[in-house]
Amino acid sequence: MAAAAASSQSLPITVSNLVKAYGDLRVLDDVSIAIRPGEFMTLLGPSGSGKTTLLMALAGFVSPESGSIRFGEQEMITTSPHKRGVGMVFQSYALFPFMSVVENVAYPLKIRGVSPAEQKSRAEAALEMVKLGGYGGRRINQLSGGQKQRVALARAMVFEPRIILMDEPLSALDKKLREHMQIELKQLHQKLDATIVYVTHDQREALTMSDRIAVINKGRIAQLDEPKALYRRPNSLFVADFIGETVLLPVQREGDGVSLQGRKLKLATPTPSGNGPLQLVIRPELLQLDAGDDGDTNTIAGVVRQTIYQGDSVLLIIDAGDGREVSVRIATSRAGQASLPDSGSRIALGLHRDDTVVLAEQAP
Amino acid sequence: MSAVIAMNADELARGQRRERAQFIGLSLPATLLILIIVFLPLFWLSSLSFLDRGGELSTENYQRLTGDLYVEAFVVTFQISAAVTALCVLLGYPLAYWLSRKPQHTANLLLICVLLPFWTAVLVRTYAWLVLLQRNGLINNTLLSLGVIDAPLQLAHNLTASIIGMVHIMLPFLVLPLYATMKSIDGDLVRAAVGLGSSPTEAFWRIFVPMSLPGLFAGVVLVFIMSLGFYVTPALLGGGRVQMLAQRIESTITIFSNWGAASALGVVLLVMALALVALLHRVFGLDKLFVR
Ligand SMILES: Nc1ncnc2c1ncn2[C@@H]1O[C@H](COP(=O)(O)OP(=O)(O)OP(=O)(O)O)[C@@H](O)[C@H]1O
Ligand SMILES: [Mg+2]
Repeated sequence: MAAAAASSQSLPITVSNLVKAYGDLRVLDDVSIAIRPGEFMTLLGPSGSGKTTLLMALAGFVSPESGSIRFGEQEMITTSPHKRGVGMVFQSYALFPFMSVVENVAYPLKIRGVSPAEQKSRAEAALEMVKLGGYGGRRINQLSGGQKQRVALARAMVFEPRIILMDEPLSALDKKLREHMQIELKQLHQKLDATIVYVTHDQREALTMSDRIAVINKGRIAQLDEPKALYRRPNSLFVADFIGETVLLPVQREGDGVSLQGRKLKLATPTPSGNGPLQLVIRPELLQLDAGDDGDTNTIAGVVRQTIYQGDSVLLIIDAGDGREVSVRIATSRAGQASLPDSGSRIALGLHRDDTVVLAEQAP
Repeated sequence: MSAVIAMNADELARGQRRERAQFIGLSLPATLLILIIVFLPLFWLSSLSFLDRGGELSTENYQRLTGDLYVEAFVVTFQISAAVTALCVLLGYPLAYWLSRKPQHTANLLLICVLLPFWTAVLVRTYAWLVLLQRNGLINNTLLSLGVIDAPLQLAHNLTASIIGMVHIMLPFLVLPLYATMKSIDGDLVRAAVGLGSSPTEAFWRIFVPMSLPGLFAGVVLVFIMSLGFYVTPALLGGGRVQMLAQRIESTITIFSNWGAASALGVVLLVMALALVALLHRVFGLDKLFVR
């Protein structure tokens, strides 16, 4: 398996100006993405944003109105799905119920005319890889959800495709198993020499697994970035709101800068152009309670309203004036050491300038 | 505390008894009806088959069944049933497939068309075929007036006509279970097969067809077994030339008024049908076919 894998090179995927419409609805609206070879790319977006449509267009099951899809140098837009050579994992797993586990996994090999002996050994190896060694003889209905998911994965990678597409493969699993499988999938990706395009609407899952994430909104790419950049430097309120826990505070333009509570803010990014209303994007865990003024920290004054214990962390609800609420998340380990402010007490919250992001309400 | 628990247990036991009484009460009428109109006559007929004309216990009636006339009736019955079943599969499979690919709304309308024949009596439908196929029927008259043929074709009163009529009547019994099974096949399965490298045709044969087999077998069993006992259609459309078992039974009673012999035929037919179901059950697991 390893020797054969070395011979296959993962491919870049280049999507340019892809348009797909159902009636008047442009489900994919001029989408362009360049996916690097061997990359784990996640398509992240709310329900109905067009993620599945984009993935199905890559697989060939959805035919776009216009645009281009290239695998490596090769144009694929008119190639029929069974000739695209991509491994595909469906949300429903789509395992063939009348075949055993090993028959399912060997299916792509059988289609490709691989000899029965080699089919068997390669299918067994793929099952081994997803930690299902020895399960080959089982019926599909004798497997748990997580095991089915692994079989689907083994079947998608057994023929060593250079591209693997996955549509919300973990969404049917319970939280614990899902988190476990996220880590396993990520480790598996490092062993495989394949470009993976992964669809999810779970931002946490996307952040955990991806090399890069394309956030999709209403058929358009809202932002494409590495998880850290996406989290720390969202380029629009949509992305800021969709990724992670977010609190927004309206801020005022002042000259070419921005002010909050009458104090000028030190910003990580340039002030958005134009003269529309602006919002400060706050991540509750980045706010500091005991803010010293080191010249690089913005302060937000407020009154503590409520303290909520949430196990791993404590959430403070702060009234920042004008009825605006800001929440502050403090890890329980930290909360234990410092004494938490009582309800009703006035405090100053610190926000480092590197974490201070201001965005326009309307995208320019 | 323990008194309360004991009281609760009493109450629960009473509830269970009440439930059982309700269940028996509700199912009793149907059970009685079946006992009286199915099993009682069945028992009476099968006991008749073991009596000779003088009312003495004997196997005479069964011995007579080995005669050429009867053996031929058995053979013809099985041949016709097999032919009808095969034709139903040939016509019904593509039809059910086509229906299952249609949007639900359209499919429902089309299904009503498939079911339409159910709303008219078998006798009416059989006569309708006669109107179409007979010597001066619709088809012959049309062809004659168009000058396509000089003399009327022999369309009715033969084996072909019987089979056409029976296929028409049996087709819904094949299409309905098949359609239901096809409808429940997850479209992602075929798509997955294509995604993994099968051409659409290959995916159809390797994935869709095997997945539809339970529905097909259910339909085949229904059609074949119902065909075994067909009477009106072969009697009318066959014009006396086609002698299936049911007709043989009828003539044994009306012409020879030999109830014992007729009963023996009926018993053998029943046993054969049951044996067939048992065999299919052994091979395919019919209980799994009907309850999915
Ligand atoms: N065959 C179709 N006909 C008409 N509209 C469709 C069709 N398939 C998808 N759509 C529409 O296209 C839009 C995008 O659908 P898509 O399945 O790509 O969303 P998604 O991002 O995968 O959502 P989810 O997270 O719910 O799976 C939706 O508004 C959907 O209603
Ligand atoms: Mg989807």
